[in-house]
Amino acid sequence: MLKQVEGSRAMAQAIGLCRPEVICAYPITPQTHIVEGLGEMVRTGEITHCEFINVESEFAALSVAIGASAAGARAYTATASQGLLFMAEAVYNASGLGLPIVMTLGNRAIGAPINIWNDHSDAMAVCDSGWMQLFAETNQEAADLHIQAFRLAEELSMPVMVCVDGFILTHAVERVDIPEQAEVDAYLPPYEPVQVLDPQDPVSIGAMVGPEAFTEVRYLQHYKQTLALRLIPEFAAEFKARFGRDSGGLLRSYRAEDAELIVVAMGSVNGTIKDTIDEMRADGVPIGLVTLVSFRPFPTAALREQLVRVRNVVVIEKSLAVGMGGPLANNVDLALRNIAGAPQVHSVIAGLGGRPITRAALHRVLRRALEEPWEGSHFLDLNDTIIAKELHYVRKVRRSGPTAENLLRRLGQAAKQSVV
Amino acid sequence: MFQVRFHGRGGQGVVTAAEMLAVAAFLEGAHAQAFPSFGSERMGAPVVSFCRIDDHEIRLREPIMEPDALIVQDPTLFKVVDDFQGLKPSGYLLVNSNRSLDELHLAAIAGQLPAGHALTVPASELALKHVGRPLPNAALLGAFAGLTGLVDLKSVNAAIGEVFAKNIAAANIAAAAAAHDAVADAAAA
Repeated sequence: MLKQVEGSRAMAQAIGLCRPEVICAYPITPQTHIVEGLGEMVRTGEITHCEFINVESEFAALSVAIGASAAGARAYTATASQGLLFMAEAVYNASGLGLPIVMTLGNRAIGAPINIWNDHSDAMAVCDSGWMQLFAETNQEAADLHIQAFRLAEELSMPVMVCVDGFILTHAVERVDIPEQAEVDAYLPPYEPVQVLDPQDPVSIGAMVGPEAFTEVRYLQHYKQTLALRLIPEFAAEFKARFGRDSGGLLRSYRAEDAELIVVAMGSVNGTIKDTIDEMRADGVPIGLVTLVSFRPFPTAALREQLVRVRNVVVIEKSLAVGMGGPLANNVDLALRNIAGAPQVHSVIAGLGGRPITRAALHRVLRRALEEPWEGSHFLDLNDTIIAKELHYVRKVRRSGPTAENLLRRLGQAAKQSVV
Repeated sequence: MFQVRFHGRGGQGVVTAAEMLAVAAFLEGAHAQAFPSFGSERMGAPVVSFCRIDDHEIRLREPIMEPDALIVQDPTLFKVVDDFQGLKPSGYLLVNSNRSLDELHLAAIAGQLPAGHALTVPASELALKHVGRPLPNAALLGAFAGLTGLVDLKSVNAAIGEVFAKNIAAANIAAAAAAHDAVADAAAA
């Protein structure tokens, strides 16, 4: 049913349709509205045969999900930012034990400096933990990806993180088609665990493993993600056949067929990029887009196929690996490794801590990629003036003070001067 | 695409206003997107929210920098922030106040817009009268429907009904209707 609804509410309804049996969560902005919605649906009986468990921390939230999943229940939780970091040990346990938990990550920056706004730092912090990571472009896709995530997780007995841009999607009210229960039931069969804690048939889940088999356990985790490279497009195709929508898959391309420059990006910024591409196409610029849905597993072959024939690739990402550059750009480089005449990859770091990514800024940086391509990372809309002032100041003064406070003070002064 | 920016203070229902306008447009078959300015929400702090309306899918996710309409829920904000930034020359301006544009020193700004596109409505007063609390958002949407014709008052009322609980919705619908009438009176005058 088509509804005009807040993204978080749409996701809660889609998750409810997946018939979760245990939901445990600890509130953290911007994910809170999702679990609030689910809590309400459990209370009113809209979701049946489900226990909503309030826990004392994110570490407990995922630990409860792990226990529930090991006991054979379909388990769900959600978090964001430092909440994810607080549960980091359990994140690795869920994937290491091969438990098919689905978790929503309302993508948010990580402090310090404390910041509640959107970027992809949290997802990147655990991208190599063994969880699959799917990124939503719209709230429709965010809702749909949860349904596909349970299917994928349970098929492989591996956890899936659905990454949804905090505020930009979670708090946006837009049209979402909420599927019918019968359709979701037909798409998502009841959970049949491959391992379960059953007193009638006891097993140990979580045995200690030494050097004799640790590599093999890890290898099989990695192997399962390579299987996901085949399953993700299959489940997306089946989803489309049943629900009539393109949602999920490994990646999608937009106006890329005859493009000489291709942009690669993940999440909600793809919408703004598409509008920018339409405007640049109207000016005759041969530019296209590849939207990456699956970051883990990383679709190396599918991405290579999209990018190999172009001259320039611009990777726009909301994350920074400090001291290295853009992690997504680095991964895209990997897809082009050892290819003779591979395209040049140009990295753009954008939207950190919620800074808006505007069409105007995208026009500037994409024009620059065509006219004067750069090496290394380009920081979109970086305020060079306050950076220069701060660098000058810290060279002169030993006790220069906290960086964040210094920059805020400089911004305040600049605002006062512009008024006068 | 028609883009509306709402300015107000935390606790005035600024985010709900954008949501209700999006629902009203959706009920008329349009595509709509409402979103808040994502600040830390505190009572009394300046808050901005946005609503885009179009006849096809809205993909754009940037804040609204060049609005077709501004709805200002709290005129004391003019001293704090530049609410008018980017307002299109063809745009609309709706201010919650029982004072005139002249008295608010907005005549110059209103003069840059087409005749009849700028208006003050005593939305807080109307809300006090009908709802019992000075929450101007629903009344302003009634006035917005009258001022722009972008959405019908009926759709605004239906959206109010979706967002608020039953009796509160009825009171807000009454406030919206009164504000809608006030716009019609101003146009006739």
